[in-house]
Amino acid sequence: MDILVVLEDNHGSLHRMSREAIAGAQQLGESITALAIGQHASLLADKLSGVDLAEVLTVSHELVSSYNADGYAEVVRQIIEAESPQLIIAGHTYQTRDYMPRVSAKCDIPFIPDVISAEDGSYVKLVLNSKLNATVSASSDTVILSFQSAAYSDEDLVPGSCASRPFEVNLDTAMVRSETEEPFQEDAGDVDLESAELIISIGRGIEKEENIPMVFDLANALGAEISASRPVVDSGWMESFRQVGSSGQTVAPKLYFSLGISGAIQHVVGMKGSKNILSINKDPDAPIFEISDYAVVGDLLEIIPKLIEALQTEKNS
Amino acid sequence: MKIAVLIKQVPGSESPLPLNSTQTWVDEPQVTYTMNPPDNYALEEALLIKENVGDGEVVAVSLGPERVKKVIREGLAKGADRGIYLEENSQIETDPLSIARSFASVLQDENFDLILTGLQSDDAGMGQTGVLIGELLGLSTATLAVQTNIQDEQIRVKRELESGWFQWVKLPLPASISIQSGLNTPRYPSLKGIMGAKKKEIRVIPASEHQTAEKTQTIKKVFVPQTTKKTEVIEGNADTAAARILEILKSDVKVL
Ligand SMILES: Cc1cc2nc3c(=O)[nH]c(=O)nc-3n(C[C@H](O)[C@H](O)[C@H](O)COP(=O)(O)OP(=O)(O)OC[C@H]3O[C@@H](n4cnc5c(N)ncnc54)[C@H](O)[C@@H]3O)c2cc1C
Ligand SMILES: Nc1ncnc2c1ncn2[C@@H]1O[C@H](COP(=O)(O)O)[C@@H](O)[C@H]1O
Repeated sequence: MDILVVLEDNHGSLHRMSREAIAGAQQLGESITALAIGQHASLLADKLSGVDLAEVLTVSHELVSSYNADGYAEVVRQIIEAESPQLIIAGHTYQTRDYMPRVSAKCDIPFIPDVISAEDGSYVKLVLNSKLNATVSASSDTVILSFQSAAYSDEDLVPGSCASRPFEVNLDTAMVRSETEEPFQEDAGDVDLESAELIISIGRGIEKEENIPMVFDLANALGAEISASRPVVDSGWMESFRQVGSSGQTVAPKLYFSLGISGAIQHVVGMKGSKNILSINKDPDAPIFEISDYAVVGDLLEIIPKLIEALQTEKNS
Repeated sequence: MKIAVLIKQVPGSESPLPLNSTQTWVDEPQVTYTMNPPDNYALEEALLIKENVGDGEVVAVSLGPERVKKVIREGLAKGADRGIYLEENSQIETDPLSIARSFASVLQDENFDLILTGLQSDDAGMGQTGVLIGELLGLSTATLAVQTNIQDEQIRVKRELESGWFQWVKLPLPASISIQSGLNTPRYPSLKGIMGAKKKEIRVIPASEHQTAEKTQTIKKVFVPQTTKKTEVIEGNADTAAARILEILKSDVKVL
């Protein structure tokens, strides 16, 4: 099977999920072509020189020297037209979410996103906020897939060699209607979640802003840092630099203590590297329990006060 | 400024999710539904843009079985001017390309300046419907918007990238933009809004008028993910749980 893997330039290096996408592609087919677009195209191609690939196509054109959805979608369309791959694969990154649906609509090829495993035309994707999985199949021979983070491991990349080939695209300014500015980072705040040993993380299960001070009491008693899931930050109950997940911080403490967090994949990618995971959730089927070492099934609003009490008794004895 | 907001009705985050008898989706009668959270932010953004610009129209659009009219009415109660309901009678529709074609065929004649969607639905989680519609209608597109700014015939969008990075993009109107949660504070409907909503128009588009496209992908089966990780499950009352947690912190993980 002919597979095209579209690579992603992550500020000058190859995106981790692009390597994972290649590892996944190698399990699905024999002839794999990778595509590198933009000012760092040959740099990205070099990074794959030791990997078993048919070839790496490089596209350099001033209209796609840095990422923009209009240009990328058109480049990928032209390559699909010229090379007729059966599978088009990319990591399920924010950039893929931005342009890949455009490719799908342009070429009339279904795009199955967020795939965690694949075999023989049947693809498993996350649904219902990671609570269930769905097996999806397509009616066409050609399919676009994006692989969720860690669906495949780059440790399984098959070594070998590959050559690179420049690919000429036809782009004109009328095709690129948007003006994309340089990426930037915002104030990182003054908490150091990355080196914290113990993190207590608050999810929507906290229910009300008024309940948050209780968690700070617990954190003080334990000497822990505090982080949060996205809805808690969205509600304005916590600073955005405390958000853990794909849009926020990636943490790996000795213990990640989650309170009322369901365990959606976009949260989990930010904390699954924690040495130990202890979670309180009142739903015994919460996906967070699948990755937890300790699963406390119960109401955090009852358990936290008891835990603070128990800590105090302990200190006084 | 004429703005369409696509609002999907999805299972609430605390809803039970039992599988149906064919294990092809959840058992709908047992599910409690709500407005897809990012769509609520998209609706608020549309109302704010209209208020800022000073004139225009916000149209709440939804596709699904009869029950989804509820989220259209909720949109009307919050301030949308009218609704469009695309009827869908079969089991939950999850093929984004044919859904997008349905929407595109209905929205095309209305010449919207802006189509706002949520970035992802909490049920199917395809994360693409708004972009597909944009491409099908020849509009400019942007995703993961965390701030928007209308400037004459253009819209500037602050996009969220991964790991705390952002980026501004400027697009010509008309555009289809997908909205990330948290960019505003969605309002609650007022009593007056709820009363007023009853008088607002909801145009119904029968399935036969919008469903022309072939399905390109289908969910064959849904299932509960299996894990191999060894997990100690702690149940019982709050005192028992607190005592065991303390022990874990002290003796098992040794962070105290
Ligand atoms: C592109 C994209 C990027 C995203 N980026 C991020 C990100 O960086 N970080 C992030 O966190 N999310 C992110 N999300 C959102 C993510 O998909 C989930 O919606 C979010 O993580 C859910 O947060 P939650 O678990 O706190 O809330 P919910 O899903 O609402 O879960 C609340 C949980 O609390 C439990 N609960 C309720 N009450 C109690 C109680 N009294 N006691 C105990 N348990 C209780 C419930 O059983 C439930 O499991 C992103 C989504 C997208 C599409
Ligand atoms: N059936 C639908 N009714 C209304 N809006 C929808 C529907 N399907 C998708 N959308 C919109 O498209 C966005 C992305 O959905 P999805 O591509 O399924 O993740 C949602 O947040 C909605 O704004």
